[in-house]
Amino acid sequence: MPDVNKYRDKFPQKNPDGTNIIDLESHKFIKVWQGPNHPGITGNMSLELILQGDEVMSCKTHVGYLHRGFEKLMERRKFIQCFPICVRVAVPEPDFNEYCLSATFEELAGIQIPEAAEWMRTLLLEMARLGSFLMWIGGQAGTFGQGIIGQWTIYARDLVLDRFEEISGGRIYHMHMTPGGVRGLTPEGFKGRMEETLKTIEDIMKDIKSTMFNNAVFKKRSVGLGYIDPSWVDPYGITGPNARAAGIAKDVRKDYPYLKYNELDFDVIVGKNSDAFTRADLRRQEILLSIDLIRQIMAKMPKSGEYMAKMPNVLHWKIPKGETYIRSECTRGEYGYYTVTDGSGYPRRINVRGPSYTHAVALMEKLAIDCNIADTAGLMVSLHTYPPEIER
Amino acid sequence: MSVKDVLSPFLAWKNLLKDPVSIKKPLERQAAPRYRGFHQNDMEKCIGCGTCEEICMNAAIDMVPVVGIETKNGDSGLRPQIDYGRCCWCALCVDICTTNSLTMSNQFQWIDSDPEVFRFVPGADKKYWDDEKLGYKKPLNYELYNTERVSMEELHPEDRDKSFIEIIKGYSKKQAIQEADRCVECGICIATCPAHMGIPSYIEAVRKDNMEEALRVLYETNPLPEICGRVCTHNCESVCAMQHKGDALSIRWLKRYIADQVHSEKYKKILGTEKLEKNDKKVAIVGAGPAGLSAAYYLSLLGYNVKVYEAFDKPGGMTRYGIPEYRLPYDQIDKDVNYIESLGVEFQYNTKVGEDINLEKLHEDFDAVFAGSGLHLGRSTRIKGSDHEKCYQAIDLLRDFTQGKEIDVQEKIVVIGGGNVAMDIARTLARLQNQKFGKVQLTLTSLESENIMPADIEEIIESREENVTIEAAWGPKEIKIKENQIVGLNVVKCLSVFDDEGRFNPQFNNNQKKFFGADMVVEAIGQGMDIDFMKDVELTQRHKVKVDDNFQSSIPWLFVGGDIVAGPDAISAIANGHKAAKGIDKFLNK
Repeated sequence: MPDVNKYRDKFPQKNPDGTNIIDLESHKFIKVWQGPNHPGITGNMSLELILQGDEVMSCKTHVGYLHRGFEKLMERRKFIQCFPICVRVAVPEPDFNEYCLSATFEELAGIQIPEAAEWMRTLLLEMARLGSFLMWIGGQAGTFGQGIIGQWTIYARDLVLDRFEEISGGRIYHMHMTPGGVRGLTPEGFKGRMEETLKTIEDIMKDIKSTMFNNAVFKKRSVGLGYIDPSWVDPYGITGPNARAAGIAKDVRKDYPYLKYNELDFDVIVGKNSDAFTRADLRRQEILLSIDLIRQIMAKMPKSGEYMAKMPNVLHWKIPKGETYIRSECTRGEYGYYTVTDGSGYPRRINVRGPSYTHAVALMEKLAIDCNIADTAGLMVSLHTYPPEIER
Repeated sequence: MSVKDVLSPFLAWKNLLKDPVSIKKPLERQAAPRYRGFHQNDMEKCIGCGTCEEICMNAAIDMVPVVGIETKNGDSGLRPQIDYGRCCWCALCVDICTTNSLTMSNQFQWIDSDPEVFRFVPGADKKYWDDEKLGYKKPLNYELYNTERVSMEELHPEDRDKSFIEIIKGYSKKQAIQEADRCVECGICIATCPAHMGIPSYIEAVRKDNMEEALRVLYETNPLPEICGRVCTHNCESVCAMQHKGDALSIRWLKRYIADQVHSEKYKKILGTEKLEKNDKKVAIVGAGPAGLSAAYYLSLLGYNVKVYEAFDKPGGMTRYGIPEYRLPYDQIDKDVNYIESLGVEFQYNTKVGEDINLEKLHEDFDAVFAGSGLHLGRSTRIKGSDHEKCYQAIDLLRDFTQGKEIDVQEKIVVIGGGNVAMDIARTLARLQNQKFGKVQLTLTSLESENIMPADIEEIIESREENVTIEAAWGPKEIKIKENQIVGLNVVKCLSVFDDEGRFNPQFNNNQKKFFGADMVVEAIGQGMDIDFMKDVELTQRHKVKVDDNFQSSIPWLFVGGDIVAGPDAISAIANGHKAAKGIDKFLNK
C-alpha cells in the first residue's frame, strides 16, 4: 500500500498567500469535470475540479449549457407576451419571476393592482417557496445518499402543485400573475384542501426531521461543510438562507416589505454555524414558516373582489420611458427584475438578478477548495442554486 | 452526534405499514377544472379575427381557411390552427379572444406517432376533448383591453329639442386616443365597409396622434370624411370584433375626430395634391351627392377635367337635403366639397340634367358621364286619404326645410316609417312643434317591431328623448279625414314584415286596431328615383340601373352610381363613385 500521507504532505505546496500551487505536469493532480450532466442535480452547469487524491484543490465553475436568452427574447416581445417567457428563468419556482416582471411593468405604467390580487400574489409566492424548498430538501438528502427523502418531498411538492393546478390551471408554469393583477382568485373549497395539504406536509416534515436531520450520516457529512464566513456575505453578494445561516438577518420580506408581507406576522429565521447542516436546518424551518404564512394569508385574504386592474389594450400597450428594480425574497435569496422601458411597446432591457448567479459561480469556487470530491454535489445543493437563472 | 442520530433514521420503516401515495392509474387522473389543456374553439362563435394569432408569443397560431366556413360580413372565414410543437399553454389566446370562442379543455393526453397531427384546427379537426366542459376559460372580470366604449358627449335633450345645433360634441384628443386604443386591428371591418376603408390604419394613426397620416388613409378611399364621420351607416361597427364582449369601436366618431382635427387649408399639402397634372379629357358628373363628389375627386386626381351638374343650389345631395343639420351641419359638407372644388372640379348648380340640359348634350361635350342623381322622390303608402294635401312625403319636407321654405307644422303629427329618414323628419318636426307650440305631439309608427326597425338604435333613443312617441309594429290602413281635415291614422297590428324567405310580405291582425289622432301625416317609407333623363339605359329586374363591376351602364360612355344603383347610403355611394372613377379611367384609356 502506498503511503498516501507522504504525498499529501508534499502536495499541494502553498503559495505565500495560502493558495495551492497546482502543477498538472507533476502527475500528482487529476482534473475532473463534474457536469454539465450531473453537477449535483441542480441543473446544467459544470465544475472543473482539480483533485489531489479525493480532495478538491481548485474549482472553476462553467456555465452556458442552458442559455436560452430569455432577457433578450423579452426585448422582442410585447409587454404582455413576456410573462409566459419569464417563468422559465427559474423552473421550480416560476412565480417570483411572474411577480417581479409584472410589478416592474405595473410600476412603470402606473398601474395599481387590486387588493385581492395582492393577497393572491402573496399566497402564490409562499406556495412557490414551499414547493421549491420541498424539492430542494429532497435534492440535498439525495446528494448525501438518502434517496427516500426525495421521494417523500416530491410527493409533498406534488400536493402543492395540485393546489397550484387548481388556482392557475398549470402545475409547473403557473402564469397566474399577469401584468395588472392575477387571473383569478382561489376556487370553491380551496381553503379546506390547502389546509389538508399543509397538514400532510407538516407530518412529512416531522418524519424528515427524525430521519434526515437526526441522522448520523447526514450530520457527519454536512456539519462543517461549506462554511460561509459572515464577512463574505456582502463582498460575495450572498443573500437568502445562505446569508441567514451565517447569522445575518437579511430577508427582503422584512427589510423591504412588498405585497402583503407587512400585514403578516413572522420573524426572520437566522442560524449560527453557517455550514451545510445549518443551511439545511434553516430551510427546514423556512418550510414551517411558509406553512404558517400560508395559513395567515388564507385567513386574511378576501374571498371575492376585483383581481385585475383596468388595462389598456395589451396588443399595443406602451409603457412610458423609465427604469425600475423590483425585488422579492425567493427561496435562494433576493430575486429582482431590473426593467428599462423607452416608451415603445417593447421592454428596452430586462435584467434578472437571480441569487444563483452569486452563489453558484464565485462562492462555489471558493467553498469547494479542500472539500472532498464526494461532497461537492452536496455542497452545491446546500447553496441552493438554479443554473437557468444564472444564464437567463 | 448521539445514539439518537443513529436510531432515529430507522423511523422511515414505519412507512412500510402505510398505503402508497402514488396514483395507481395516472392516465385516468382528472386534471383541475381550470387546467390549461388542449384547445377548443366554438366554430360558430369564432369570427376569425386573428387576435389569438397576434398575441401568441410563440407564433404557434396561424389563421387558415377551413372547409365549411365561408367568408362573410363579420367573419373572415379563417380559423386558428395551433401548432403544439410551439404552444406553451400560456392561454393568452384564450384571454384575448374577442368572442370567447377559444377555450381550453382540461384534457392533457394525446399520443400519436405522426408529429404532423399536433398541428390542428381546434373545432374543425374533431378531437375527443371537443365537448369537455371543464378547462381554462377566460376568467370573469378579467380583460386585456377595455370592452366599454368611451362615451360620446352630446347635447342634453332639453338643450337640443328646439334647436338644430349639432348634437354630438365629438371626442377630445384624450378620448379619441383612449377609444382608438381599444382596436385589436383585426380588419374585419375593412371587408364590410362598402368603401373598404383602411379603418385599423387610421385608428392606429389616431392612437399615435398622427392626424396627417390618418387623413391620408381616409382620403385613399373616402373623400367625404366630415360627412361620413357624422352620418355614415357604419356597417363597420356592426361587425366590429369588440362588440362580441362589449361595445363596438366608435369607428365613425374616430373618423369624424380625424377630419375635425385638420384644417382644410392643410389638406392639399398633407394629401400631396398641390399640383395635379391634368390631361385633356373631360368627364361630366350628374349630381353633387356623395357618389358624384367621390367620382369627381378621384377623377380629378387622375388628371381629368371634371364638371359637376347639380339640380339644387348647393352640393351634398341627400346628405344636405335629406339629413337635418343637428346630425350633419352644412358647413361640414362645405368643408369636404370645398376641398374637392379646390382641385379644379367645376360645379354648375341649379342645373337639372334632363330639364336644363340633356344627357346627349353632355355626351357631346364630354368624353364620359357619371350619373349619381340619387333617390329624391318620396314613396306613398297609397292608403285611403294619402292624397290629402296635409299628407306629406318626408323627403319633400326635409328638402323644403333645408331650402328655407316655411313648413306648415301642425299640433298633432303622425309619421309613418321606421327608417332613419322617418327619424330625421320626426325629430325635425318635433323641433318645429316645440318652437311653435312649446310641446311635442308626434307619433312615429312603423311596420317593423322595435327590434327589427331599420333606424339606428341611437336615433330611436334620441327621438324618445325628444318626446317623439314611437309606436312600433302597426300597419297604416287609412288616413281618417273629417270635413276635409285630417283627424288621424287608423292602424292594425303588424304581426310580421318578412316571410320565411326574407321577402317583404307583411302580415296583419285586422282585429287589433288603433287610432293615432293627427292633423298632419308624413310618409317616410322609402324613396324612389327619377331617371327619366337616362332614357335608353337598361334596368335590372328590381328597377335599378344595370351596371357592370366598373359601374358602366348599358350605354358605354355612361357610368352610373350612388343610391340609384346600390344603398341607399352615403358610404356605398362613395364606394361606387370611386370604382366608377377607376372604370371611367379604364374606359377612356382603352
